[in-house]
Amino acid sequence: MKPGDTLPPLTVPITRTLIITGAIASRDYKDVHHDPEAARAAGSPDIFMNILTTNGLVGRYITDHLGPGAVLRKVAIRLGAPNHPGDAMALTGTVTSVRGRTAEVAVVGANSLGRHVTGTVTVTLPEPEAETEPEATA
Amino acid sequence: MSDLYRRLRAFEGRPATVSGEGREPVNVSMIRHWCEALGDTGPAYTGKDPVAPATMLQAWTMGGLSGSRSRSPAVDELFALLDDAGYTAVVATDCEQEYLQALRPGQTITFDSVIEAVSPRKTTRLGAGHFVTTRMEIRADGEPAGTHRFRVLKYAPRKTAKTANADNADNADNAAKAQAAERPRPVINRDNAGFWEGVAAHRLLFQRCDACGTPRFPWLPGCGSCGSPEWTAVEASGAGTVYSYVVMHHPPFPAFDPPYAVALVELAEGIRMISNITGVAADRVRVGMPVTLEFLRVAPDQELPVFRPAPMEVETS
Repeated sequence: MKPGDTLPPLTVPITRTLIITGAIASRDYKDVHHDPEAARAAGSPDIFMNILTTNGLVGRYITDHLGPGAVLRKVAIRLGAPNHPGDAMALTGTVTSVRGRTAEVAVVGANSLGRHVTGTVTVTLPEPEAETEPEATA
Repeated sequence: MSDLYRRLRAFEGRPATVSGEGREPVNVSMIRHWCEALGDTGPAYTGKDPVAPATMLQAWTMGGLSGSRSRSPAVDELFALLDDAGYTAVVATDCEQEYLQALRPGQTITFDSVIEAVSPRKTTRLGAGHFVTTRMEIRADGEPAGTHRFRVLKYAPRKTAKTANADNADNADNAAKAQAAERPRPVINRDNAGFWEGVAAHRLLFQRCDACGTPRFPWLPGCGSCGSPEWTAVEASGAGTVYSYVVMHHPPFPAFDPPYAVALVELAEGIRMISNITGVAADRVRVGMPVTLEFLRVAPDQELPVFRPAPMEVETS
């Protein structure tokens, strides 16, 4: 992994089920994440994904790619265009720095309205597979 | 600064949560629900010694349907203030988390948070509102587990007329304080700093192009006639005439006392500037009226160039 490397994109279908179960699993019962009428009253055309679910998906994108052993150190995200039911979000990532075993990845999640999320993930990479070779050279 | 914003800012630094406790310890059920909802099949989250997804950090601190038991009165007061001003809706905009340890089932979660910042009123696509940032320190079994900085926008939904109410509330506040209100401050930058230095020294300075000699005002980095960036500051004599004017009656602005005359004054040197006419009733101002420069103190540390009718020259034969 080196600066400039890109991660394979991950497209997440934004279903009503994902928005609602994500909100409830993160214990966020704010009505705009499950009640379309409440969402409209708040000026939104429909319910929209809560930030905890977005945060979880950004984390999942990184750990899916790096596999077990990768440890998230920091996730910093900013929301833009909302994730509404029926949309899809394409997550992409670019490695911006690598220091020792710690990498920083710039992540963007884009939907049909624009950028839903932009953020930076700091992750410690898994140790090279050396369990069977204790004297593996660095 | 609006009176509302002054009151909002007073909340910065106050506690948002004091000695918060997670509703239950870290547990496999919530981890499973989270992973199922998000489609996260990471092997670390299941099996004999599972850990929680790091990004669940905030979830362990959420009050749930029954609400928070440890939210400080400060947050409720701050949000009530925003609600009353019409900023009734809320949306999360930023989340910054740092993870210091992997959380495991059985760990007890405790946390404290502080109101870090309240922004000035911002206009967003959703509507106008204020950003509120909180910073939370989270512990697991008493050991630091992570930090969680969270920013929400408390806003007035565009589809309601609440913003107008908020503005009216502000205006009512302002009317009551009009006597004490300060005039708007000039925006001073590198292009016009020389002009304001002149004002401070009771000199009215304009620019004259070094290349073509054209005088110009207000101050600009280049000549409008020939484009040259070279110029010299020149002091105006202060003599001029009213080229055009309006009399402001309505709407009233804080720190201004209508009716007052706003004039375009043509200086003897050939440039024109917007200013006030003082020393004469607003309805007595006339186009062509000879005026002369003076400096008016509008705040303890701020003077402005204004113009008053010039004394009639006595004819001598």
